[in-house]
Amino acid sequence: MATFKEFRNNIKPNWCPGCGDFSVQAAIQRAAANVGLEPENLAVISGIGCSGRISGYINAYGLHGIHGRALPIAQGVKLANRDLTVIASGGDGDGFAIGIGHTIHAIRRNINITYVVMDNQIYGLTKGQTSPRSGEGFKTKSTPEGSIESTLSPLELAISAGATFVAQSFSSDLKQLTSLIEQGIQHEGFSLINVFSPCVTFNKVNTYDWFKEHITNLDTMPDYDPSNRTLAMTTLMDTGSMITGLIYQNKQKKCYEDLIHGFKPEALVNQSLALSETEFDNLVAEFR
Amino acid sequence: MISQLSWKIGGQQGEGVESTDRIFSTALNRLGYYLYGYRHFSSRIKGGHTNNKIRISTKPIRAISDDLDILVAFDQESIDLNAHELCSGGVIVADAKFNPTVPEGVDAKLFPVPITSIAEELGTSLMKNMVASGASWALLGLPLEVFNKAVQEEFGRKGQAIVDKNIEAVKRGADFVLELAGGPLDQFKLEPADGKQKLFMIGNDAIGLGALAAGCRIMSAYPITPASEIMEYLIKKLPKFGGTVVQTEDEIAAITMAIGSNYAGVRSMTASAGPGLSLMMEAIGLAGMTETPVVIVDTQRGGPSTGLPTKQEQSDINALIYGTHGEIPKIVISPSSIEECFYDTVEAFNLAEKYQVPVIVATDLQLSLGKQSCEMLDYNKIQIERGYIVKDIPDREDKSMFNRYAITENGISPRVLPGEKNGIHHVTGVEHDESGRPSESTVNRKRMMDKRLRKLDDLKITNPIHLHAPHTEPDLLIVGMGSTGGTIDQARLRLNGEGITSNHMTVRQLHPFPTELIMAEIKKAKKVLVFENNATGQLANLMKLHCGNHDKILNALKYDGSPFLPSEVFEECAKAAGYKPHEELVQNGNL
Repeated sequence: MATFKEFRNNIKPNWCPGCGDFSVQAAIQRAAANVGLEPENLAVISGIGCSGRISGYINAYGLHGIHGRALPIAQGVKLANRDLTVIASGGDGDGFAIGIGHTIHAIRRNINITYVVMDNQIYGLTKGQTSPRSGEGFKTKSTPEGSIESTLSPLELAISAGATFVAQSFSSDLKQLTSLIEQGIQHEGFSLINVFSPCVTFNKVNTYDWFKEHITNLDTMPDYDPSNRTLAMTTLMDTGSMITGLIYQNKQKKCYEDLIHGFKPEALVNQSLALSETEFDNLVAEFR
Repeated sequence: MISQLSWKIGGQQGEGVESTDRIFSTALNRLGYYLYGYRHFSSRIKGGHTNNKIRISTKPIRAISDDLDILVAFDQESIDLNAHELCSGGVIVADAKFNPTVPEGVDAKLFPVPITSIAEELGTSLMKNMVASGASWALLGLPLEVFNKAVQEEFGRKGQAIVDKNIEAVKRGADFVLELAGGPLDQFKLEPADGKQKLFMIGNDAIGLGALAAGCRIMSAYPITPASEIMEYLIKKLPKFGGTVVQTEDEIAAITMAIGSNYAGVRSMTASAGPGLSLMMEAIGLAGMTETPVVIVDTQRGGPSTGLPTKQEQSDINALIYGTHGEIPKIVISPSSIEECFYDTVEAFNLAEKYQVPVIVATDLQLSLGKQSCEMLDYNKIQIERGYIVKDIPDREDKSMFNRYAITENGISPRVLPGEKNGIHHVTGVEHDESGRPSESTVNRKRMMDKRLRKLDDLKITNPIHLHAPHTEPDLLIVGMGSTGGTIDQARLRLNGEGITSNHMTVRQLHPFPTELIMAEIKKAKKVLVFENNATGQLANLMKLHCGNHDKILNALKYDGSPFLPSEVFEECAKAAGYKPHEELVQNGNL
């Protein structure tokens, strides 16, 4: 069985020293090993942005696509090969700005993949512009007088869109993050894990210390019931989404692949392509 | 006895025009006639004039006709809008309900049939279609049993009572019109058909069937006119073969999902029209850059923007060839018949995997939606060729990545599918090295660009062009693509009759451009006339770009939303050839 080291490759990330994304990378590698994967059975599909480079830093199959489109690519991979564990990954700009449409519909569709968002509330790769996750009044290069748009609450949005697994974590809490990614992988359906992953270069507001001060860890609340959708929603609203841990999980709903009419448990990629002559003749006969 | 005639049904959208046409033409197909349909419709669900025209012939035809023999009208508007097409002595079968009249100056016989009342007497006005098609069938003097069999098949699953009612509606429509006309009309007595079994389908059906035969198992798509029938066909069929159609949230998701599935090793496609293609452009570049096969169907319609969504146009050529930023290898093929819609789709999947490139199959609205006869499709011609995919890769000592993008002589590198041990590599739209690792090195950049682009240097596809070239020095080389071919064929019959020699070329491979083949044909001809449904002569411009001969290549453009008529093609050709019909006719004693 592969250890987390086997999910490492020899490529040095081009992230800034201190970037939260290093821990997310480590957590994915550990989670993959902990659930018993071999590197060739994992596909990491990422978007564009600093965090989008993550698929290149994990020894696994992967595709670094175009901005905002990690999710539809990842869903295509999973439909083609159900045997693969598919993790989609990217930043808050990728998933909640340009790609928000795909995020909502991937949630609704509930294909069995895991989506890890590295949320730093800013655009890092383009050197410091506002993101939908930036707080109101947040000053950036593109909002010199402070952001005047509402801050998006992706987890509330996810739950209202029918999400079956919603979690949030903080890149400094490697243990919790690794555990949540493991649970996300094991969840049979779409799992969304939003990770506060501070940008040490361009975001001087939402720093490591700021998060430590503002976050409440649900793991410290033994009475919290993640199967209660209403509780999940009110808790997010009451805390301004500043909570970490497993926020909501619906174990009853079947994943998309299990609901597709005629879809087999065997990976599609391993099935035969050719039609028999009889099958072909029957198809043609409908046009007589 | 005649060898062909044209029939049209008109009414308000949603009142049975489509179904009347479907049953009438299915029955004709069973008798072995060649059929070619044209749908006039609007981008709305109910209301608004709509009409379907079919041409019925004992010989293969692939064009609408200039005129009309029988018009079936559900309302006066259908008569007013279409009666001018009727040839002298043509027939109008109209619903007596609205007291139909024949417009002034139209020489046509009117048969008012109480279409609605008969249907209502039998229980529902929905059966108007049966009464109308029964009346049409009777005028042609064709055997009623064949028609009733088609009705049986259409309604069989609804129970015998419904079938019987519909058959009764057919009979009453037939009886009524025969009484008025005093029996079947001699002028419409068709010669018997060849009786050969044919298929009757639209181009989009043939594309869907082609995709299934090619082993496509996932289609991700977003509804759009005139492409939706492809996904609608495949969602009915794919589950039987383990696959599925995903209706995505937009066309960007559609193409990227298809790219994801292809990357993971399952043949996948998407289909759309102009607006959707515009949205897909960035992702097509991703497929080119990552060398991921993907098949995209573009059913061209009137552009730009929303344009004329339900009308004919061939104006996406430039976008398909030049769309997406940067430079990638890409193949664009354009089928020109129903048969080709099928075989080209199969070939598109093979080309996509062989060359590891995006392949676009470009139809046009008339080819995608015009229902027509199709020769039997040949199972033995279906070959699935998956290209250079490697398996069972030996262990390597070092932890190096697999060279998925290895520099090779023909540019085609070994593809490995996720899940394969020892095959891990990186895939990115960023410029990368042989293992897929991002690289900005100038040396690497040039090597990789050259490698990708040379993949198509020796592209070999079957029939890059279709040629009917009986003349070594023709007056005209007539060029077309997509659905224009049949119309050109027909006009050429008349050109021959007038002594104008012409060769006919249909361009199938739009990109990379088959320059040498086309150049040879241009050289032979005195003039080259390019027929296309767009306003700027995109195909003619491609020919000039690649083949020069700017003075020789002339445009024949139509961009009003309707396909060329044979008479229009004839006139343009005659003009280009310097033919003066008046003088000739005088000399021949015809004037």
